[in-house]
Amino acid sequence: MELSGSEIIAQFLKDEGVEYLFGYPGGAVLHIYDALFKADEVKHILARHEQAAVHAADGYARSTGKTGVALVTSGPGMTNAVTGIATAYLDSIPLVVISGQVPTAVIGSDAFQEVDSVGISRPCVKHNFLVKDVKDLAETLKKAFYVASTGRPGPVLIDIPKDITDPNIKIPYSYMPTISMRSYNPVIKGHQYQIKKAMELIKRARRPVFYTGGGVVLSNASQSLRALVQRLGFPITSTLMGLGAYPATDEQWLGMLGMHGTYEANMAMHETDVLIAVGARFDDRITGHLEHFCPNAKIIHIDIDPSSISKNVKVDVPIVGDVDDVLTSMLKLLKDDQDNTDQEAIKDWWKKIRQWRKKNCLKYNKKTKVIKPQYVIEKLYEVTKGDAYITSDVGQHQMFAAQYYKFDKPRQWINSGGLGTMGFGLPAAIGVQLAHLDQTVACVTGEGSIQMNIQELATCMQYQLPIKIINLNNRYLGMVRQWQEFFYEGRYAMSYMDSIPDFVKLTESYGHVGMQVDKTSDVEDALKEAFAMKDKLVFIDFITNREENVYPMIAAGKGQHEMELAPDSELV
Amino acid sequence: MRHIISILLENEAGALSRVAGLFSARAYNIESLTVAPTEDPTLSRMTLVTRGSDEIIEQITKQLNKLIDVVKLNDLNVHGHSHIEREMMLIKVKATGSKRDEIMRLTTIFRGNIVDVTPNSYTIELTGTSDKLDAFVGSFECDSILETVRSGVMGIARGNSALHV
Ligand SMILES: Cc1cc2nc3c(=O)[nH]c(=O)nc-3n(C[C@H](O)[C@H](O)[C@H](O)COP(=O)(O)OP(=O)(O)OC[C@H]3O[C@@H](n4cnc5c(N)ncnc54)[C@H](O)[C@@H]3O)c2cc1C
Ligand SMILES: Cc1ncc(C[n+]2csc(CCOP(=O)(O)OP(=O)(O)O)c2C)c(N)n1
Ligand SMILES: [Mg+2]
Repeated sequence: MELSGSEIIAQFLKDEGVEYLFGYPGGAVLHIYDALFKADEVKHILARHEQAAVHAADGYARSTGKTGVALVTSGPGMTNAVTGIATAYLDSIPLVVISGQVPTAVIGSDAFQEVDSVGISRPCVKHNFLVKDVKDLAETLKKAFYVASTGRPGPVLIDIPKDITDPNIKIPYSYMPTISMRSYNPVIKGHQYQIKKAMELIKRARRPVFYTGGGVVLSNASQSLRALVQRLGFPITSTLMGLGAYPATDEQWLGMLGMHGTYEANMAMHETDVLIAVGARFDDRITGHLEHFCPNAKIIHIDIDPSSISKNVKVDVPIVGDVDDVLTSMLKLLKDDQDNTDQEAIKDWWKKIRQWRKKNCLKYNKKTKVIKPQYVIEKLYEVTKGDAYITSDVGQHQMFAAQYYKFDKPRQWINSGGLGTMGFGLPAAIGVQLAHLDQTVACVTGEGSIQMNIQELATCMQYQLPIKIINLNNRYLGMVRQWQEFFYEGRYAMSYMDSIPDFVKLTESYGHVGMQVDKTSDVEDALKEAFAMKDKLVFIDFITNREENVYPMIAAGKGQHEMELAPDSELV
Repeated sequence: MRHIISILLENEAGALSRVAGLFSARAYNIESLTVAPTEDPTLSRMTLVTRGSDEIIEQITKQLNKLIDVVKLNDLNVHGHSHIEREMMLIKVKATGSKRDEIMRLTTIFRGNIVDVTPNSYTIELTGTSDKLDAFVGSFECDSILETVRSGVMGIARGNSALHV
């Protein structure tokens, strides 16, 4: 088959099985858009901003496990995409981003809409390529998908100068189903000796706890995790990124850990003697003050990326490998083995944990007239029967969603944890909804975050996406305000906006349904009404308690056991 | 501690900046860095000298290995292994009157070569460990040195073990 560079891109995407391409056109990618138009194979979704296009591809990837694909033009198109790329990078999400570039002949001359895309993106991609010869194009595309989706996943950028996509230069093309690279060989199989060593520790453990993270979701290892944890009877907690990998409704589940984690999860971490870290990277939101982190624990760490191991916390038994592979080996060893765990000690351990649970650290006052944000999330959980895909923006509302929506399935909870990108929620929901046309998708957001990509309401209209937007409107950049209340003596510098749009009218102007709710007693009915509108996007603006704080909280620099719980006065 | 890390790298545009970018982004220090293509033109060999605690050196080697363009690497300073290191220097010094003989003798002692001569100056080529080059530079008074240029350290392991694909 003889194809031009732009036809190769269109054909390759089809051969690779790409379902959606999220993008925005411009001069440097016009040849590509023309080829896509003619081929009409891959569905192109036109976002209203390149950042949103990349977040949408990202939401698609997070909710399906497949690689998300975005296409942007050179210069401003590419720079707009950077926040999206960095968001995916910090959460290890597989993406391929194709950016147009000025023609090869003028690269380096400060040509119109030229930026050094490879240079700008280098620190926030897993890898990037500049294609300098159309003969390398097909192979580079294959490499990009291979690198993005294997090992520790991540975004890969391919920068393609306009002359490479010239419709008049045709070369032979054939699709390569597989590729190998001498310089890239991720380790999948865990070392058997290390796994055995870990099992010895696990069997002798008296106060064990599983600390799991995004790696379990990325590895599609929920089944083996559940089997192992249930076989052992150990308590389990997870990071913000791992929610749903283990069912939140299960008895062994302690809730999320970390800065805004539960009392029982953080105390169990603090007192554990054997910590089993699975696909989690010891982020500073988890460890708090490193000196107080799990002071009594021997640590086992399973991670596919050797550089995640002993990066922040020195571990005793490192196991480099894919979570699913390693957990499956562990289960097998347990089955072959007659020795059991220390049942008596584990029983005592659970007794202690139940004491911590009694604090009921997520308790809040439900009887207020003003709407508590926690209440909205609890009702959202009930009305959607715990079965919706929930995307989130960044702030207090994100924490409330993580704490009060009980995720039972992996890939159900979609949020930006590592970069904490406000503006992620709505475009991510676009990707999720397209990937799951018959499922319920809700975006939990705040009046600050939603305005960072509000233009995507137009994209939702164009593609008829019935997303439900749950706006927890506290008229504050709440997370910032909370820190100012705690650490800056209540000086609310710039955490308040004097002008907030009328979200109902705004939503309506895009052609969707808008609702506003300001009484606790109306919350449930409003949600029911909104979710009953199966084919409509509904924006519900919940006017919530202004100065609500997220509890529990471990202040920066404090140890895991030094959590602050909601003051009693809040609970009456 | 000081570590010399040998790296085989894809000989591609941008590979060098990935390594340099990694060091600046993660605030690791680079003392010197040399790079040139090998007998296999698709590969470059880089020698990088850095300093850090054992934990930092471990992170550095892991992060380097993670770069897609890095094919293989070897820390020459791991326990129980010895290596050879060399650096080359070209140094231009003032050479007039009685100084001319003195400098020639000094150059012989250090096993250097005078590679260019003018009525007022010598240019001397010298290879050896960085310490040796430092000592040679130290034997001149500051104002008699006109210019120095050093290659940075190159290293190779002793014995049969070899870094190749
Ligand atoms: C406002 C705000 C508040 C936050 N508060 C909290 C909080 O209270 N608690 C909390 O937990 N987080 C919190 N976060 C999120 C936090 O910043 C980090 O994003 C999060 O803790 C990291 O999760 P993780 O350790 O699971 O790592 P991830 O970023 O999900 O990393 C996954 C790890 O798994 C590895 N991996 C990937 N694939 C595989 C595989 N196939 N096999 C094996 N390993 C694999 C990777 O190498 C990596 O080490 C907050 C974020 C924001 C924005
Ligand atoms: C792009 C970006 N800019 C700034 C921040 C810092 N930040 C974190 S949370 C937050 C406030 C978010 O406000 P809102 O969306 O209203 O949510 P709330 O905390 O009130 O629920 C800000 C400004 C960020 N995370 N992302
Ligand atoms: Mg707000």
